[in-house]
Amino acid sequence: MDSTAIIDVLSRTVPAAGLESVQAGDGMPTIYVALDQLVDTCRALRDIPELRFAFLVDLLPVDYYPREPRFEMVYLLASLGVAGFGDTPKRLRVKVRVAGDAVVPSISSVWPAAAWSEREAYDFFGINFSNHPDLRRILMPDDWEGYPMRKDYPVQIKAPVKTYEPLQVSQEQFVANVQATRDRARKD
Amino acid sequence: MSDEEVPVLLTTVDKVVNWARRSSIWPVTFGLACCAIEMMAMSASRYDIARFGAEVFRGSPRQSDLMIVAGRLSRKMAPVLRRIYDQMPEPKYVISMGACASVGGVFDNYAIVQGVDQVVPVDVFVPGCPPRPESLIYGIVQLQKKIDRSKAFA
Repeated sequence: MDSTAIIDVLSRTVPAAGLESVQAGDGMPTIYVALDQLVDTCRALRDIPELRFAFLVDLLPVDYYPREPRFEMVYLLASLGVAGFGDTPKRLRVKVRVAGDAVVPSISSVWPAAAWSEREAYDFFGINFSNHPDLRRILMPDDWEGYPMRKDYPVQIKAPVKTYEPLQVSQEQFVANVQATRDRARKD
Repeated sequence: MSDEEVPVLLTTVDKVVNWARRSSIWPVTFGLACCAIEMMAMSASRYDIARFGAEVFRGSPRQSDLMIVAGRLSRKMAPVLRRIYDQMPEPKYVISMGACASVGGVFDNYAIVQGVDQVVPVDVFVPGCPPRPESLIYGIVQLQKKIDRSKAFA
């Protein structure tokens, strides 16, 4: 099933105007989807019986700085090709063009596994997702500034290393803490 | 009772205390990356760091004398390393093991601390990528010599 055949099946449920087939260099079926119909398309790809792309392999952003639109989101899908899950095993690459400040709808409502990958995309590329259950950094420290995988991010930063401030506890606070812990233990 | 029969040995406090300290350097179990594999090899039977009294890897920093920073230290890990170091009782020593811990190594990027001496005071730097277990043993012997030279109660 090549990308045009997949678009033919898809256009039964989603507007064909937002779908575009491209010839990928590696021969893998690849389609571009308009940003505003991404979630509907993904749900159709998952649910239409002939397609049944039940498995989100990976999702990743690409930074094409300084081109505009700056980013592309790439979703790699697989259909397992067992009974009831698409008749033949197949793969599909779904791409979305994303302007530098655009908000991408989260597809974690379609494939829950997307949630952490989208957190990673947010962490490293600063791509914002709408309707995401828990959008915060996943690998970099929570107070990190900037998005390190962007093309305009420096390789090396000459910032001082952040450690921490040692906890200063007075004698009274220490005794109170111990007492509170003992009380809690006794209650349990 | 004649003099030569009296079982007395004279020395200085510094010598005795330093002898005790250098003969039982207990490292904290703390590995950050691939250097930790060489550190484990050093503690295992082939290289056998027990010959130098440093084989007891403690699971708690509160029972350790030595921190071997074995591997690249990320900026996110730096507060953790500092906290473990602060939890160790005095006297405490630090060996920076390998190129990454010492100067950042091949990881000349935003995420890796370019030398752990920005976070903790380092006593011995061991070069290598990773250092062979013999190199690390040599580093520990250097640390033992350094302890021998120090004033016990400064």
